[in-house]
Amino acid sequence: MGIVDQILAGDVRATARVLRDIDDQVPTIHPILKQLYPHTGKAFIIGFTGSPGVGKSTLVDQLTIHYRKQGLTVGILAVDPTSPFTGGAILGDRIRMQRHFLDDGVFIRSLATRGHFGGLTKSTNDMINVLDAMGKDIILVETVGVGQDEVEIANSAHTTVLVTIPGMGDEVQAIKAGIMEIGNIFVVNKADREGSRKTIRELMNLIELGLRHQGQNGWEPPIIQTEAIKSRGIEELGEAIQKHRDFLLANDKSNLRDVLVKRARTQLLEVLKEEALRTLMKRIETRGIALDTLVDQIVEKSTDPYSVVQDLLNNELP
Amino acid sequence: MNKSRKLRILIAKPGLDGHDRGARVIARAFRDAGFEVVYTGCHQTPEQIVSTAIQEDVDLIGLSILSGAHAYSFPRVIELLKENNAEDITVIGGGIFPLEDIPVLKEAGIKEIFEPGTKLHEICAWVDQNVKPRQAMVA
Repeated sequence: MGIVDQILAGDVRATARVLRDIDDQVPTIHPILKQLYPHTGKAFIIGFTGSPGVGKSTLVDQLTIHYRKQGLTVGILAVDPTSPFTGGAILGDRIRMQRHFLDDGVFIRSLATRGHFGGLTKSTNDMINVLDAMGKDIILVETVGVGQDEVEIANSAHTTVLVTIPGMGDEVQAIKAGIMEIGNIFVVNKADREGSRKTIRELMNLIELGLRHQGQNGWEPPIIQTEAIKSRGIEELGEAIQKHRDFLLANDKSNLRDVLVKRARTQLLEVLKEEALRTLMKRIETRGIALDTLVDQIVEKSTDPYSVVQDLLNNELP
Repeated sequence: MNKSRKLRILIAKPGLDGHDRGARVIARAFRDAGFEVVYTGCHQTPEQIVSTAIQEDVDLIGLSILSGAHAYSFPRVIELLKENNAEDITVIGGGIFPLEDIPVLKEAGIKEIFEPGTKLHEICAWVDQNVKPRQAMVA
């Protein structure tokens, strides 16, 4: 059986290995992804984002229990940061998910950002597609702990859950642009902590203002209070996600189409960028010039970055 | 072949002792050596460790143990890797072992045992020399 058939049959080892090749951007991976692509589109993708330590991994763990009880299979992609100095990483999201290690219906993969900004990794979308093709019903994607501007997840997931905790800043934080705009569902985790009511009030204001100005096509983001570590509020979160899913499927799936268009556009641009870069780098290589030589020439002002790239695009030999 | 191919390592603690400082120190050392390290916390069964290693597609498993249960758990990890056609994953161990147990563990398939006092850079150098990221898959 070839690697593609193995993945379609749900083989864990084959899937794990292909995910690695995607992560390492091995050129031979594209033919595999091409063959898997027609088999994607069945899974429901839920993204979790929020600052470090708000409880994203614990929520993912709890929701996995929720979906397993319904007999659904779950794929999890969890992102942690790469060291900007050594390129190494410690991936620790699994610590919160130990109970699922021996469950055949759950596949967990830890990923490192590897210098990519935006909350995900360069190849998260390809990996989602592989888990989808291997037959996972639900895919939970946990972003790296984010700050204010890492909004990529909204272009990858059907439903984006923004997780916060009480006392994470004042009203001005809540009206800033960026991350606070992408939540389809807001979760206030650790809701037993002081300041919980104030946080909820601020989120309500934020959501109401947002709806007045742009709206989410008739979707009003709910605020769910949870204490993930005690399994409190998980059923409610599960219901809220289901409601958003129903919303996407309503009106002849017109809202779902918007999400699919966003995902497809993102992926097309990703592959385009990657391949364009690869092709141009190859042109440099074929000319027998080292990238560093070009850099040196730019430093010496004998050329400039714009002319170099223009030449490469025109494929004119210098 | 591919310069960006990154070594992935699982640091796991089998058995019932909760002393994971050593595991965390070595995880940090591997991080600083530029490796990607999956850490799963304490109290892992050999079954959980092998399942994680396969899902995470690691090249190396580092087992840390202080409780004395290595005689069971280390060979069991090797056995499970074989059962899952994953014997290409290298396994090393660290912790406290009676001297006479070390040859037995190596016989069972543990590639190297690092005892207390080993320098972190020696372990990293050993990994660099003995473990290579595996080849890419082809359609």
